[in-house]
Amino acid sequence: MLKTLIAAFFAALAATAVLAADLSGAGATFPAPVYAKWAETYRAQTGVGLNYQAIGSGGGVRQIKSKTVAFGASDKPLTPAELNASGLVQFPTVVGGVAPVVNLPGLAANKLRLSGAVLADIYLGAIKRWGDPRISALNPGLKLPNLPITVVHRADGSGTSFLFTSYLALKNPTWAKQVGGADAVEWPTGIGGKGNDGVAAFVKQTPGAIGYVEYAFAKQNKLPTVAMQNKTGAFVVPAAANFSAAAASADWAKAPGYYLLLLDQPGAATWPITGATFVLMHKEQANGPQGLAVLKFFDWAYKTGDAQASQLDYVPLPAGVKAQVRKTWTSAIKSGGKSLYAGG
Amino acid sequence: MTAATAERSRTPRGAGFDPAFRALCFASATLLLSALAGLLVSLLIGGWPAFSTFGFGFFTSTRWNPVTDIYGAAGPIVGTLVTSTLALIISLPIAFGAAVFLTEFCPSVLRRPIGIAIELLAGIPSIVYGMWGLFVFAPLFAKYVQLPAMMAAPVGSIWEKLTTGVPNGSGLLTASVILAIMILPYMAATFRELFLGVPAKLRESAFGVGATPLEVVWSMTLPYVRRSAVGAVMLGLGRALGETMAVTFVIGNAHGLPGSLFDSGSTIASTIANEFAEASTPMHGSALIALGFILFLITFAVLALARSFLGKATV
Repeated sequence: MLKTLIAAFFAALAATAVLAADLSGAGATFPAPVYAKWAETYRAQTGVGLNYQAIGSGGGVRQIKSKTVAFGASDKPLTPAELNASGLVQFPTVVGGVAPVVNLPGLAANKLRLSGAVLADIYLGAIKRWGDPRISALNPGLKLPNLPITVVHRADGSGTSFLFTSYLALKNPTWAKQVGGADAVEWPTGIGGKGNDGVAAFVKQTPGAIGYVEYAFAKQNKLPTVAMQNKTGAFVVPAAANFSAAAASADWAKAPGYYLLLLDQPGAATWPITGATFVLMHKEQANGPQGLAVLKFFDWAYKTGDAQASQLDYVPLPAGVKAQVRKTWTSAIKSGGKSLYAGG
Repeated sequence: MTAATAERSRTPRGAGFDPAFRALCFASATLLLSALAGLLVSLLIGGWPAFSTFGFGFFTSTRWNPVTDIYGAAGPIVGTLVTSTLALIISLPIAFGAAVFLTEFCPSVLRRPIGIAIELLAGIPSIVYGMWGLFVFAPLFAKYVQLPAMMAAPVGSIWEKLTTGVPNGSGLLTASVILAIMILPYMAATFRELFLGVPAKLRESAFGVGATPLEVVWSMTLPYVRRSAVGAVMLGLGRALGETMAVTFVIGNAHGLPGSLFDSGSTIASTIANEFAEASTPMHGSALIALGFILFLITFAVLALARSFLGKATV
């Protein structure tokens, strides 16, 4: 009996030791499901686990700066200046997007067409009814109910709001001047729901409402999305292929530190409100083996994780971008002056 | 004789531990107080940048702009006070009625189950109230309260002003109703305890001179528990002031002053819950901590008031 107890005790100790060797990361909630899925498979294959805490992008940046985690994750890329100031490297992992959703009785999904400028005017409160001539001009032949527009936005600070408001700022000078693009802004009008489900609930309950959610959330919950006009003037629907198009047409090579928002990118099939989610690591790794283990995990994810990412409605990075990121790993992430990553 | 004196003057066994025991008790008490003081001071230090930058305007301005880093707390402060007060107005008569029923009219078979049910209500986590409020209560509230109220309001009257908004179930009044449901069990349970504490002799003599139950409650029980009852109400108010998750889900989360009962608003706690995780600039974080400091002061004032009533009650 005593022997079993002692054996169990040491087994438990050994288990903790294995846990202690797990990789630790913290940050954005948006990629948390795919990181968890990857971690599960990776653990089964290699025995190395990943402990990812989805505490939000802001928290992820704070934690990696204070070095309490091996990597941080953020939906909002840091500027090259910010990266240099804290000695960080960032690279994209998967792509996602934001989709406007509406509640217009009798209207099927993606039938309504909007442009960035009109969407911004709706969110500014300048366009108040669905019967507005600027909306019907984009939708010839479509019968729209002349309902008042109820604007719904995220109440909590989030990367989704960051992408959405940054896009509106890009397309509408008034929005850029009065509101701007950030995780949380001073919304000129509308009601705030907590999280994607909070926004979706308010939109569902209010005829004439418009809101915005992550694409994956809209798809999984079959919310009626909107077709948006992209840079080439074409109207596109939110779909995985159109997010890939945005990621592929973006010029990553010319973006120092991968500081690139995939908003309003060129290309006929490009969805205009697209964004990548990023991982942050220190350039100088005090704990070399741990840094290498993190790189190995993401290298493995780049190689074998695409199918799982697609299943969860994330969009994998184009191969060219992955190759470029691998070069960055070799050139930028070092331990004691030596490159950790020797190519995959 | 001398032997007996010596026996008495000898220090009892274990007396050496007495100072240590005293010190330990004193330490426990001061630890609690210093933790409270430390919390208050650290909130003040954390919020100081916001207080010093915006000055008194922090309390009166309704701007809340994380992009330009300009903050004013008037919206959340008013939202907090309005929702808590409304919640109290809604739940007070119900809590009172439930307690009177339990002590005066309830068949003894039902007394225990109903009492337990009320206590169970108090144990439901607030996030559950939030989800229920958003997905179940809000649609029903929109259909059966907001829409009829908006349609019934005469044009140009104060009622029309009070019921302006989007009839989708969110807003100040929804938040107040959810809060009322949440603080109801606390107040009902405290009232019941208070009513049970009224000496049976008093009540029985009242019944003896031919008083009806209403008269007994009104002229015997109520005056007897008046002060403690005010304390219980204040405790309920204290809980309503700090309630976070349930309110965040249904209040609509618009900064600025709410214009009507169905308008979106925000409370101090909901604003902190929404924005703290992603507050990236130091001033944003400081403004949120300053909000926390203000909430602390409001709650502290309410609880102190409650204490003073409860303290005088024990006759």
